[in-house]
Amino acid sequence: MMLSQKDLLGIQMLSADEIRLILDTAETMKHVISASSKKTAHLQGKSVITLFYENSTRTRLSFELAAKYMGAASANVSASSSSVNKGESLIDTARTIDQMGTDLLIMRHPQSGAPHLIASRVKASVINAGDGMNEHPTQALLDLFTMRARKGDLAGLQVAIVGDIMHSRVARSNLWALLKMGAHVRLAAPGTLLPPGLDRLGASVCPTVADAVRNADVVMGLRIQLERMQKALFPSVSEYARFYALDENILRLARKDAIVMHPGPCNHGIEMPTPIYDGDQSVIQEQVTNGVAVRMAIMFLLTSRRNA
Amino acid sequence: MRIAIINGRVLDPAQAAEEPVVRPVFIEDGRIVAALGADADRTVDANGLYVFPGLIDAHCHLRDPGYEYKEDIASGTASAARGGFTTVACMPNTLPVCDNAALVHYIREKAARQGKARVLPIGAVSKGQKGQELAEIGLMAEAGIVAISDDGHPVETSDLMRKAMLYASQFNMTVISHCEDMSLAAGGHMNEGVWSTRLGLRGIPDIAESIMVGRDCQIAGYTGLPVHIAHVSCRASVRLIREAKARGVPVSAETCPHYFASTEQACDGYNTLAKMNPPLRTPDDVEAIIEGLADGTIDIIATDHAPHHNDEKDLEFALASNGIIGFETAFGLGFTLLVKTGRMSLKQFIAAMTVKPAAILRQKLGSLAVGAPADVLVADLERPFAVDKRQMLSKSRNTPYDGMTLVGRPVLTLYEGRITHDELC
Repeated sequence: MMLSQKDLLGIQMLSADEIRLILDTAETMKHVISASSKKTAHLQGKSVITLFYENSTRTRLSFELAAKYMGAASANVSASSSSVNKGESLIDTARTIDQMGTDLLIMRHPQSGAPHLIASRVKASVINAGDGMNEHPTQALLDLFTMRARKGDLAGLQVAIVGDIMHSRVARSNLWALLKMGAHVRLAAPGTLLPPGLDRLGASVCPTVADAVRNADVVMGLRIQLERMQKALFPSVSEYARFYALDENILRLARKDAIVMHPGPCNHGIEMPTPIYDGDQSVIQEQVTNGVAVRMAIMFLLTSRRNA
Repeated sequence: MRIAIINGRVLDPAQAAEEPVVRPVFIEDGRIVAALGADADRTVDANGLYVFPGLIDAHCHLRDPGYEYKEDIASGTASAARGGFTTVACMPNTLPVCDNAALVHYIREKAARQGKARVLPIGAVSKGQKGQELAEIGLMAEAGIVAISDDGHPVETSDLMRKAMLYASQFNMTVISHCEDMSLAAGGHMNEGVWSTRLGLRGIPDIAESIMVGRDCQIAGYTGLPVHIAHVSCRASVRLIREAKARGVPVSAETCPHYFASTEQACDGYNTLAKMNPPLRTPDDVEAIIEGLADGTIDIIATDHAPHHNDEKDLEFALASNGIIGFETAFGLGFTLLVKTGRMSLKQFIAAMTVKPAAILRQKLGSLAVGAPADVLVADLERPFAVDKRQMLSKSRNTPYDGMTLVGRPVLTLYEGRITHDELC
């Protein structure tokens, strides 16, 4: 089986079988990361460019290491999101990179839909590393990989996602992915941080964090951006933490064997207290490792599709 | 030039006719006449075709001066003529803004020299459309504007809106209101709803429009002075306008073809040709717009023809400009989606694009009565055709309707007796 499309723009374009293929392939890749010599030939002779219009530490490094472990030539382009004002359009930049023989173009951009805009204009396979508030598909896939590793079958899993759903591409990609795999998704956030129509899209929107977390198998926190406070989306950090933090009392409502996840970076003490972040139920560090394996799998699958 | 249009089915809503009748229409010296004084220079056999007054667009953007790379008065009116229009009222958001008499003179003179349609300038409500001080409405009226509007921007404060209505009324002028509560709309790029959530785009809720519609209806009711609501897009606005009209408030309203032809779903895939302001709404809103047109709550259909260069549309969705071109698809979309579907009678539809916009702009236009300017549209209402943007005469090509099959094609347009569009010879 192969991926059906040239690019990975979002979970919305993937089938459940394709998600399964990526997760299965990532199992193999995970062995590479834990080996003493982290070297395979999966991307030998391929070139990988990361084009990031937004800051990133873990996602970018995760892609870069994944490419290097598989023998690809890789390079980074850091672009200011205001480069449009400096004269070069996104399409021109992408075409320029494409003309240098790029096989995989990994892009992060502050505007939703930016990777979709360039995907049809370049020969390279475009991987969306986060576009605006839209999607962050590789994050969702590594989250699913982590859930599957700990919980087995994803179908029927109860997953609570808590935090700034409105602005979160992680929440959206996870929502689409989990629904496709048959999991149940319960969301909780301040009313000002919930986009409309989530219930019609298949999620359960809960009035309180307790309702979302009760009997959950997976509890996922999302980063809250403090600049949202200035826009009057919530009144204060302490009020947010009082009603929406994933603390010990809240987690007691989840299943005993529930796992705690967070895409990072985490505001300790706001989204969750440090003892929870570092606690026995937390799989947050594991998510980071799995991120490399999942990205290796995606890059391998997209390039082998190109070879075919 | 003497022209005889014979054998056509003539419908002139201004003359209270209910159904088209086969009769000749004679034109001499730029006017409709009862009979020609001598042999016709051209006889048009309109057998199987329909003859209407030339279409009147109360809301378009000709981009001249300042944005001639998008459109200018020559290309814009050529595009209008091809779409069956003989009169177009252009919005003042040019560069510089049409907020003074000199700009009005510029537009009128250029249109007189190069226009393939009558161009009626609309002046700004406020200087620079900044929403602070009133523009020189009286001097612009003297120079020939037909209405005032800050279109593209709302008149944000209720106070300035009231003052604009009070001041403009003495110059026999209606305020055309772009209804948008910026505190709700700012930063949004499409309708707020399931699709904005799916696409991860910031939404503009329909209440951003309807709250201002409600405000303007209240001011019009309070002052007893007319207001015209531009580009109505949603059910909430239709309901408020219907209620205000029932109370006798002097409010009129327009919608645009895209608000009954398309929904927010057209934005899927980050299609910037579906990006406009107000944004495309839900199927329920489309239904409400059609109901509003059918029961007369919405008086007229305007194009909001908004040309943009490809470089302003071929962008990240959030960065792309708002709006689509409309002259060359408006008649076909309206006939296909409103008349052929039985939602509006042919007479209602033609009135909404001729005599009714003329009345809102306070012009004695939109009729085929003897003595009227010979503004005439001959249309084919039977043969389907595919919209082809490569054949369009606008400088811009930003239409989402390329390739769509429509019925209702302008085949001949006469503006003051001059042939401005001709597919018959």
